[in-house]
Amino acid sequence: MSVHVVEANRPELVSIGRADGGSRRARRSRLPSGVERMLGVVLLVGAWQLASNVGLIDVQTLAGPATVVRSGWHLIQDGTLQSAVWVSLQRVLEGVAIGVPIATALALIAGLSRFGEDVVDAPLQMLRFLPIIGLQPLIVLWFGIGNTAKVSLIVFGVIFPVYINTFAAIRAIEPRHFELAHSVGLGRFATIRRIVLPGALPGFLVGLRMAAAVAWLILVFAEQINATNGIGYLMIHAQEFFQTEIIVVGLAVYAVLGLLSDALVRVLERRTLQWRASR
Amino acid sequence: MARQPVIDRASNSSWIAGPSRSQDASDAVVVRAEGVGRTFGRRVVLDGLDLEIREGEFLALLGRSGSGKSTLLRAFAGLDDGIEGRAVVPARRAVVFQDARLLPWARVLDNVVLGLRGADAHRRGRAALDEVELLAHERDWPKTLSGGEAQRVALARALAREPALLLLDEPFGALDALTRIRMHALLAGLCARHRPAVLLVTHDVDEAILLADRVAVLTDGRISLDATVEIDEPRRRADRRFAALRSRLLAELGVDEDIEAHRTPITTHQPLH
Ligand SMILES: Nc1ncnc2c1ncn2[C@@H]1O[C@H](COP(=O)(O)OP(=O)(O)OP(=O)(O)O)[C@@H](O)[C@H]1O
Ligand SMILES: [Mg+2]
Repeated sequence: MSVHVVEANRPELVSIGRADGGSRRARRSRLPSGVERMLGVVLLVGAWQLASNVGLIDVQTLAGPATVVRSGWHLIQDGTLQSAVWVSLQRVLEGVAIGVPIATALALIAGLSRFGEDVVDAPLQMLRFLPIIGLQPLIVLWFGIGNTAKVSLIVFGVIFPVYINTFAAIRAIEPRHFELAHSVGLGRFATIRRIVLPGALPGFLVGLRMAAAVAWLILVFAEQINATNGIGYLMIHAQEFFQTEIIVVGLAVYAVLGLLSDALVRVLERRTLQWRASR
Repeated sequence: MARQPVIDRASNSSWIAGPSRSQDASDAVVVRAEGVGRTFGRRVVLDGLDLEIREGEFLALLGRSGSGKSTLLRAFAGLDDGIEGRAVVPARRAVVFQDARLLPWARVLDNVVLGLRGADAHRRGRAALDEVELLAHERDWPKTLSGGEAQRVALARALAREPALLLLDEPFGALDALTRIRMHALLAGLCARHRPAVLLVTHDVDEAILLADRVAVLTDGRISLDATVEIDEPRRRADRRFAALRSRLLAELGVDEDIEAHRTPITTHQPLH
C-alpha cells in the first residue's frame, strides 16, 4: 500500500518520497547531525591540546588551544582585540563600500552598450589578470603606507569579481526580456530598473561573495606589511615576541570575520532572490 | 476610446504612416499593411504583403512553419527594425508571445502592470487578473505557475493595456488539449467583452475557425487566402460549413486532410463550449 514497499522480485523499482513518518533506516541510533559535524573538530582540537601537553608541539612553534583561548580572553579583557577588529573591519567596509559601486557602475556601462563594452570591458579584462597584491609597491608610492593604501588595495581587489560577474550577468539577460520591455513600452531607465538590475542581481551577488573573500585576503596581506594597528599588526607584533598564541587568535578572528561576511551575503541572497526558490 | 491609427516607429523612414484616407470612409480599419516586405540576408520572407484588419475584428493567420507569421506579427508589434513597405497600426497594441514571457523576478501582478502608467495601473492589473481568474495568484512568483496559468497571466498583461490591437503569436501552442479548450473559451469571452482587433497566429486550423471572424493564410510572403468565417455561434466541428472551410484551408496549406485527421489531437471532436 505504501510507495515504500519495494517488491523483492522487482529490483528495478525504487521508492521515492517519505510517507507515513516511519522514516526508514538512517538516523536511528545516530547523533544529531550538528553534533556529528562537531565531532571531527573536537577530535582535532583534542589531539592538538594533547600534543601540546606532552611537549610534542613546542609553544614557540604553535601554542596549544587552551593557551590560545586564555590569550584571546586577555586580549578581549583589555580591549586590544576589539579595537584591532574594529580597525580591520573598517578597512574592509570602506574598501567594499567604494569598490562595489564602482564595479557595478562599470558593469552597467559595459553591459548596456557596445561602445561601453569596448571602452570599459577590454581594459578591465586585461587588468583582471594582474595579481592585485603585486600592486602593493605602486600603491605605497601613490598613497604612502597609511590607511589609504590598504583601503585602495582592497578597492582594487573588490572591483574585479563584482565587475566580471555583474557584467556577465547583464549580458546573459535573455533578449526576449528586452523584447518584452520594448513591447510594453518601457523606456531606457525603466528597462534598467525592471529588467537589467533584477536580472543581473544573482550574478552581482556571486561577485559580492567573491569580493568579500578577496577583501579579507588582501587585508591580511596589507596589514602584515606595514601597519600600526589592526589584526594583522597584532599578529606581526606578536611574532617579534614569539607569542604564537596571539598569532593563532588573529587567524581565528580573520576566519570568523570571513565566515560572517559570507553568511551576510548569503542572507542577502536569500532575501532578494526569493523568486528563484522552487515551489 | 481614441482608436485612430498612428505612425509606428517614426524613426524608420521606410515604415511610415499610411495616407490620410484612413480618416474617411474606411476609418474602421485599424491595421493597414501595404506592400510590407522583410528579407533576412537573401531570404525573402515577406514579399509585398497587403493586409487590413478592422476595428474589433478577430483575424486568424495560418501558414506553414517558417512562412513568416511571426515575422509579420513582430512587425505589427514594432519589434522589427528591418521592415519595408508601409503599415499603420494602433498606438495601443499588446503582444502575447508563444512563451508566456513573464519576468521571473517580478510577482504576477507586477508582471501584469509592467509598463502601465497612471495611478490606477494596479487597479487595472487586478481587474485583468480577475478576468483570467488568477486574482488569487497576484502575489505569486511566475515560477510557481503552471504553463496554462502563466499564459493566462500573459493574456491579462495584454488586456490590462486595453489594446486596440491584440497580437497573439501561437499563445496556446505549448498547452495541452484540455487547457487549450478552456483558453479558447476564455479568449473568446474576453474578446467579446473588450472588442480589440485581434491578430492570432496559429498552426491549428480548427482553433482558427472556432475563434476568428476571418481566416488568412500566409504563403510565399503574401496573403494567399483570406476568408470570412460565416458559421453561426456556437461553432461546431460537425457543421458542414466548418468542414468545408477546414478542407479549403488545409488544401491551401498543402496538407493532406486524411493524414491530418489522424494526427489531430482530441480537440477535433470537441465543441467549443
Ligand atoms: N532574425 C532572423 N534572422 C534570419 N532569419 C530569420 C530571422 N527571423 C526569422 N527568420 C526566418 O524567416 C522565416 C520566417 O520565420 P517566422 O518565425 O516568421 O516563421 P513562422 O511562420 O512564424 O513559423 P512557425 O510557424 O514555425 O513559428 C524563417 O525561415 C526563419 O528562418
Ligand atoms: Mg512563429
